[in-house]
Amino acid sequence: MSMSEEMHIQPEITTTHEVHHNEHHVHHHKETFITKYIFSQDHKTIGKQFLITGIVWAIIGGLFSVLFRLQLGYPNQNFPILETVFGHWAEGGQIKPEFYYALITMHGTVLVFFVLTAGLSGTFANILIPLQVGARDMAAPLLNMLSYWFFFSASVVMLSSLFISTGPAAGGWTVYPPLSALHQASIGSQLGMDLWIVSMALFVVSSLLGGLNYISTVLNLRTKGMSMTRLPLPIWAMFFTAVLGVLSFPVLLSGLILLLFDRNLGTSFYLSDIVVNGQILPNEGGSAILFQHLFWFLGHPEVYIILLPAMGMVSEILSVNARKPIFGYMAMLGSLFAIAILSFLVWAHHMFVTGLNPFLGSIFVLLTLLIAVPSAIKVFNWLTTLWRGNIRFTPGMLFAIGFVSLFISGGLTGIFLGNSTLDIHLHDTMFVVAHFHIVMGVASFFGMFAGVYHWFPKMFGRYLNTTLGYIHFWVTMVGAYLIFWPMHYEGLAGMPRRYLDKSSWVSFSQFGDLDKMITIVSIIVFAMQLMFVFNFFYSIFKGRKVTTQNPWGANTLEWTTPIRPGHGNWEGEIPEVHRWPYDYAKDGREFIPQTEPVGANESKH
Amino acid sequence: MQTFFIVAILLLGFLITFQIAKASEYVSVLRGEDAAKKNTNKVNAFLLLAFLILGLIGVYYCNERLKGKILGESASVQGVFIDNMLWITLGVTGFVFLITQIALFWFSYKYQASDTRKTYYYPHNNKLEVIWTVIPAIALSVLVGFGLFYWFKITGEAPKDAMIVEVTGKQFGWEFRYPGRDGILGKKYYKNIDPAKNNPVGQIWDDVANHDDIFVEQEMHIVVNKPVHLIIGSKDVIHDVGLAHFRMKMDAVPGTPTTMWFTPKFTTKQMQEKTGNPNFVYELSCDQMCGKGHTGMRGVVVVDTQEEFDRWLASKKPQYYAAFPDKDPTKPKTDTTATTGASAMSTQMKTRN
Repeated sequence: MSMSEEMHIQPEITTTHEVHHNEHHVHHHKETFITKYIFSQDHKTIGKQFLITGIVWAIIGGLFSVLFRLQLGYPNQNFPILETVFGHWAEGGQIKPEFYYALITMHGTVLVFFVLTAGLSGTFANILIPLQVGARDMAAPLLNMLSYWFFFSASVVMLSSLFISTGPAAGGWTVYPPLSALHQASIGSQLGMDLWIVSMALFVVSSLLGGLNYISTVLNLRTKGMSMTRLPLPIWAMFFTAVLGVLSFPVLLSGLILLLFDRNLGTSFYLSDIVVNGQILPNEGGSAILFQHLFWFLGHPEVYIILLPAMGMVSEILSVNARKPIFGYMAMLGSLFAIAILSFLVWAHHMFVTGLNPFLGSIFVLLTLLIAVPSAIKVFNWLTTLWRGNIRFTPGMLFAIGFVSLFISGGLTGIFLGNSTLDIHLHDTMFVVAHFHIVMGVASFFGMFAGVYHWFPKMFGRYLNTTLGYIHFWVTMVGAYLIFWPMHYEGLAGMPRRYLDKSSWVSFSQFGDLDKMITIVSIIVFAMQLMFVFNFFYSIFKGRKVTTQNPWGANTLEWTTPIRPGHGNWEGEIPEVHRWPYDYAKDGREFIPQTEPVGANESKH
Repeated sequence: MQTFFIVAILLLGFLITFQIAKASEYVSVLRGEDAAKKNTNKVNAFLLLAFLILGLIGVYYCNERLKGKILGESASVQGVFIDNMLWITLGVTGFVFLITQIALFWFSYKYQASDTRKTYYYPHNNKLEVIWTVIPAIALSVLVGFGLFYWFKITGEAPKDAMIVEVTGKQFGWEFRYPGRDGILGKKYYKNIDPAKNNPVGQIWDDVANHDDIFVEQEMHIVVNKPVHLIIGSKDVIHDVGLAHFRMKMDAVPGTPTTMWFTPKFTTKQMQEKTGNPNFVYELSCDQMCGKGHTGMRGVVVVDTQEEFDRWLASKKPQYYAAFPDKDPTKPKTDTTATTGASAMSTQMKTRN
């Protein structure tokens, strides 16, 4: 931090910037298709690569959910097309249990890791960090490029597991052993599981390379005047996200390596006292619960790895479009920090009914419900940001408002689940599914959509079609609530999650109509997302062109770059920053960019 | 054919929507962008308000439709604590849900862009921040307080007079063992498991406490108003003993025994009358994904009166006699030179080796 400031104080260093930039300019013309679009080291291109790969994965993961929703809504109906496409996995047009579990496992893995981690924070950390802190690129562009290509190879491995004869991993995205460790226990625990582990190992490498880059860029490459407390909130959010990832992903990797050993080398880290398929295994002394501790030590921060970038972007978009400063910048920052710290101390709330010592459980109840305090601060600050604003409903703004609504709904049901007493009844029921889909799945998607609509002009120099954007928002918003709100009732009735046919149960068979309704709505919502994808690609080439440098009238630095910035972002010197990023409606002016020096008569806030 | 139609309809809808969207963009350019933007802003502000109102009506309607389908009164004493906690939490979160959602959509509607409004520059107010740190903190402390009060009541030591049942999960079914007259479950070791030799849970026959243990599959009988203490284990992967009507749940972990206890309040017959459903049974569901048969991993719990239970138990023979029919005193001996239990054990060992 001090280094970069020193650098900027000395005028001769600034000249170096100039030289550096000229070099870039020369370099620019020599760029081939491969260096510009494929093995690019430009953070903007890498961000777009993450986004587009994320979109492809989101379509695959979303399609899987439509398939298993068909099974859930119409458990006794045949869909011959399924047999045509999936062969013996859907014999007679009905999804087999093995296939069903493979689908839900891949849906979870793909959406949690490949879409909402890589596709969301990979995209926006890459695009926004250098642009908003005022840097020409990431601290280590080569590592940044490698981060994408490790993600890509993780994708290839995971995708390949879909095409092997025993199918992909099928033990749920949490891959609890012994189910995931024993080849005999499930067809999905054969080669598919090894590929899953290899793919996730590559993914962890990608995440570490990216995360270290984001951290060092935010700490070292801020432009002159950009103190830490002048950073836009998305940058703070990405920064904490990166820290969480760097500290927690290695723990997952260690857990997975032990699992790989148990699977293939005969070790007993997680295995003990097992008779499977009539075969008595020699393993003794391992603990299946150990894996859950290791998994959730990543797994819970992971929830915030997904959510924090969305929170940061939503804060920015709400403020820009309410034409009003974000309320309580320091409180927002403090609550982000509190959430980041607490997220490491709550993992065992996923394990209240594993036989965990009840006293230990009580500590985790306390810490878990503590997280609701910074979350509440954020919600009230967002609400106050809207209060007495002058709100412009761009599609990005609508998604940001939708995010807040979903975050409230899903956050409040978290208070049910975090309380161990209620968790005894609600654990592993559809209530949990409804809760985390709203708060982590849909809400984060809304944050991501808000970001895409808001920064699309910066990414591609064109706008997305706004009317389609509105339709996209309204269908998704209404659909999300229709799908997940009534699902809580299934959970209150104790209906376990991951049941593919409830008709043989006395206690859980009463929701047939509801399941049908949910299936129909989810098909519509999925079709709507395809329309968004169409809008996305269509608009890259045919969208309305951006004609002004700062179309939203925003204060942050990315809007001081040319409409289509080249590698290096700013053509001349990197602008200097004189103020925080949220001077909207100050002293009667609609907005005051960060680059404008503080006037002599300006009021203080 | 049906799928083809659905796909065709979706595609058509897709195309139409896209054409409308494209056209509306041209129209907005023709009409002057500012006017068009103002118009869509109004429409969206109105829709947000409509969403709030219709959404709240929807929440009410959804509750009316579904409240009868969730579980009725808890069938265990401990479940009542959980239901109380549910109501307390619902009260607190429901209140917060209403005020925050109403504020969110109402502010969005009320402060929609207008040329005449002067935006209020309001970057921070520490007093407000303190208020909405302290109030949620107090509310959550209350919830934590109630929660832990009930949690320790539920997870505390089982009463001394509790009846003991051992529950073992396997792919894909449930096995139960009763300690018999001595009240002690005999020792077991997983390598002794051999269904072919009538030893499904791996009892060690050398332990005399095993000689009166009773083994049953799929159906567990317990006694109304008498605490039952479950000793839970698994043979292969992690399962979970889920008892929705009793509001109880505990994982079955291979290698690590877990426990839970509860006191059933109503017999199965009483529940059949209460629910008006003659087919009602308490179900034991596996709540932790365990492989392809997870959905069908169903057990039945029958809550009896003490007499019914005693009669049921008396009709069962200890598993020891199934493994060693010659030891069965009620069974006439067919062979006078019967092998002793010990020599039977040694042959058992040999065959395994």
